[in-house]
Amino acid sequence: MAETARAPRARTETSEQQLRRRRRAWSYLVLVGLSVFFLFPLVFMFVSSLKPDGQLLSDIGGWRAFLPVGDISLHNYGAVFDRVPVGRFLLNSLFVTVAIVGLGLVVNSMAGFALSRMRWRGRGLVTSVVIATLIVPFETIAVPLVYWVAHLPILFLQDGTLVWDTGWLDGYQVQIVPFVANAFSIFLFSQYFSTIPTSLDEAARIDGAGWFTIYRRIVVPLSGPAFATVAILTFLPAWNQYLWPTMVVQDEKLRPVMVGMQYFFQDNPAWGEVMAYTSMITLPVLVVFLAFQRSFVSSVAASGVKG
Amino acid sequence: MVAAASLLGTVALTGCAKASHDGASADGGGPTKITMWTHSAGNPGELAVYRRIIDDFNASQGEYQIVQQNFPQGSYNDAVTAAAAARKLPCLIDMDGPVMPNWAWAGYLQPLDLPASLTDSLLPTAVGTYRGKVYSAGYWDAALSLFARRSVLEKNGIRIPTVEQPWTLAEFDAAVGKLKDSGYKTPLDLGAADKGEWWSYAYSPMLQSAGGDEIDRSGMRTAQGALNGPAAVAFFSWFQKAFKEGWANSDGPVGNQNFVDDKVALSYTGVWNAKDALDKVGSDLLILPPVDFGKGPRIGGGSWQWGISAGCGKAQSEGARKYLEFSFQDKYLTAFSDSQVVIPATAGATAASKYFGPDGALRQFAVLSQKFALARPATPGYPVVSTSFEKAAKDIMNGADVKPALDAAVQAIDSDIKSNNGYGN
Amino acid sequence: MTATFRLDPPADPGPGPDEPRPGPAAAGARPATRPRSARPRSARRSEARAGLAMASPAILLLLAFLIVPVLLGFVLSFTNARLVSPEPLRFVGLDNFVRAFTVDPTFFRSMVNTFAFAAVVVPVQAGFGLFLALLVNQRIRGVTAFRVIFFIPVVTSIVVVSILWKFMYQPSGVINSFIDSVTLGAWQGTAWLNDPSTALFAIIVLSVWQAVGFHMLIWLSGLQTIPEELYEAARMDGAGAWRQFKDVTWPCLRPTRIFVLITITIAALGLFVQIDVMTQGGPVDSTSTLVYHAVLTGYRQQQIGYGSALSLVFFVIVLVIALVQRHLTRDKD
Repeated sequence: MAETARAPRARTETSEQQLRRRRRAWSYLVLVGLSVFFLFPLVFMFVSSLKPDGQLLSDIGGWRAFLPVGDISLHNYGAVFDRVPVGRFLLNSLFVTVAIVGLGLVVNSMAGFALSRMRWRGRGLVTSVVIATLIVPFETIAVPLVYWVAHLPILFLQDGTLVWDTGWLDGYQVQIVPFVANAFSIFLFSQYFSTIPTSLDEAARIDGAGWFTIYRRIVVPLSGPAFATVAILTFLPAWNQYLWPTMVVQDEKLRPVMVGMQYFFQDNPAWGEVMAYTSMITLPVLVVFLAFQRSFVSSVAASGVKG
Repeated sequence: MVAAASLLGTVALTGCAKASHDGASADGGGPTKITMWTHSAGNPGELAVYRRIIDDFNASQGEYQIVQQNFPQGSYNDAVTAAAAARKLPCLIDMDGPVMPNWAWAGYLQPLDLPASLTDSLLPTAVGTYRGKVYSAGYWDAALSLFARRSVLEKNGIRIPTVEQPWTLAEFDAAVGKLKDSGYKTPLDLGAADKGEWWSYAYSPMLQSAGGDEIDRSGMRTAQGALNGPAAVAFFSWFQKAFKEGWANSDGPVGNQNFVDDKVALSYTGVWNAKDALDKVGSDLLILPPVDFGKGPRIGGGSWQWGISAGCGKAQSEGARKYLEFSFQDKYLTAFSDSQVVIPATAGATAASKYFGPDGALRQFAVLSQKFALARPATPGYPVVSTSFEKAAKDIMNGADVKPALDAAVQAIDSDIKSNNGYGN
Repeated sequence: MTATFRLDPPADPGPGPDEPRPGPAAAGARPATRPRSARPRSARRSEARAGLAMASPAILLLLAFLIVPVLLGFVLSFTNARLVSPEPLRFVGLDNFVRAFTVDPTFFRSMVNTFAFAAVVVPVQAGFGLFLALLVNQRIRGVTAFRVIFFIPVVTSIVVVSILWKFMYQPSGVINSFIDSVTLGAWQGTAWLNDPSTALFAIIVLSVWQAVGFHMLIWLSGLQTIPEELYEAARMDGAGAWRQFKDVTWPCLRPTRIFVLITITIAALGLFVQIDVMTQGGPVDSTSTLVYHAVLTGYRQQQIGYGSALSLVFFVIVLVIALVQRHLTRDKD
């Protein structure tokens, strides 16, 4: 059979190669065109960050908007530091994001495990509710949530003693805790876990392993791609939090990067600085993404996000 | 492991973050801490003056200590609304003047109780009064004017208006038409690319000058007749025409760049843009009075002011009051004025200020403010009045039918008043 | 292929979750029958306890920070609650809902806009994403770089993206001058965001631009699970590129399709940030959406009772749509 398949192909080798080459050329043309489409706003952002406001505004009507020409300097970047505590905000966002992602991986994967591999009363109900919560956009519950977290108890250290108080406004926990559990993550984990054969569990049970051990020793090590996917998908919204911190974070020292954007919109917006600041807060995410893109792309492919 | 570490981190960091909060200010020893919120984050010049006042105040006595917390203007109201809903407002709050009655009515503010001699010495539009009591006071006021170039007006044979004899509407229309014919694609920048409170601040005085208003100020119980009466319809028809005819547009950018670049001949904008215009345009710059739409020129009054929250403790309120009294010294008002280019609230500070003193290059703004400034309606329903006004004006600008758009705004304002039992009016 | 997308939970206390999902991986490794009945009752009870224990952190957090606010909003929507008010809280029955459907034209407009946005974005973003996925699924040099480039907008904050596009949409901005030079001046630019007839379209373009990379990746992951043998077999039958797509790719992508459809729909119906940053619902309500209108009235205008009622209406609508989609895409077997 292999012989018969190869025979006709050899005959048309040249024309087929030509065809393939032409198709490849077309592919590259389309790919490059699309790349321009996807990159031009970001080029505009970066180039604009190098220009003084007057020139930036007069350049926007033409190709000069994308070219670092004219009065080019890093002046806007310096000005950003005078206006916004950039370093502090970046660290805050980093901390909040790492905490949400880290805690989220543990909490959501355990839930995904329990929902996909264990039998217990109420599991069906919990699964339904988790999936139903996927449809709730955060903005619609933000106001009741503010009201609610403002009345939650909190334990904190003051002068070496533990003190109870009520009200979660301010602080890091109000930026982190509400976002740890995530229906979408639970869903992805349980989808992935359900593709791992349960016979492994049975074998481990016979050897006397507890459920948590099965989760930790068998399922987690086999689920690298799922963890990578969930990590990246929860990283982005956590880093980009905007409405919530403007509502609940009062202390300037605790603010995340997106809130900093508003600092540039005084009586007149300082556009050059806006562009410099957005470049600065976008860059870390791009770097993280570029560093992990290979494993990310393959992990999405492997994780069964496909359903 | 990562997760465990971040969990520990959360506890540790919230611990130290919370310790610096004044909510549970230490009773034992040390000065009483008083938190104040400003809307000035991202504005280093203004913050430097606050820093100076606070340092001076904290050093001048040992009883109280002011702790400053700055928010960017764009998200300040979101933060305050959330804090108010959660009953967690700080003692000293910065607020945009027209919002004050709403907060006073809601019980979030206490009367200011500063000496009458102090509040009487301020510009009337820098003092917020609700139901006969003073609830807020500010260091300055802003003012709007029409920016123009002397050379451009003279070249086109347009009369230069004065405070005594401002442009009438007919004169203004003719002037804008001439300027358009002379080659300005859009001769007038009304600032329509901006959003939010600017709309009520900038355009409701025009409406008042035409004989309408945002709400019937006698009683403050309805907008019927004021916002959709014949005067209002006439004014908004003109407003729509200004955009339709291409005299003005809403393309932006926000600010005064179009005027500085001489892309527009007339710019309706604020004192905060005057210094830059002066630097770029020099002695050719004209600060013109607003147009008289029929009932005399008007500009908006009332800017950011200070108040004390009702939830503030007794000792802290006392300290907040002492701080405010301390802060209203002429030297600080002059410092704000010199740094922010705003009109100082006292005569003494005005005389000493760089731009608004007797020989100041921008003195005209102080005159305009004194002669024409009118505060926005002091009613608790103002937030809805303002957003409804903005929506109606924007819709009209974008081509909506004038009368129905105004009727919809009146309907929104009146139903809000009704659902709040008339706001106690 | 290894797992089917299911919105419905497995029956409870039904068979193990792996059982209704026959897939090559599971089937290969699993013994034909499981000795469920042979397991002692104590083991089952400990399994129940452990299951609940492991799920409980997530359950408690979702309860505290999602379900409670939703319920709170549910209660508030039947009251006159305001964020800042000395008026006592009063139950007003269905007043808020009556107001929404009778005297609030912006609400109706917002509903229309929301559906219009979703109706365009769902197919366009899904289709464009699939097209991109097919392009970058070719075995050609440098294809990874293109995958990365197409994904970059996804990692850029939507707030940043909205600010950038608002700039470019200006009448004198780059988009108009690009169109002008491509059409050799035949087509004059327009004030995209200031014109009621173009504003929503302008927001659709940037929304697709920002999010399509994500769905490209999802499609790509689906494409890569399709066994190469299927294509070889099709080629041997003499199938061209289109037939291969129609007979192999498309049927094999079924679970991916459902996933993409549902995630885009949910995201599209929740449109908010772009509106908040770029148009605030204008001009003339042409870009107001349900979520934006609910936030505007409930938070910015402080009428939280009314805003909560709007949110509740929104939930019901999305739920109905999700159920309809599920019904349409249900397993036929």
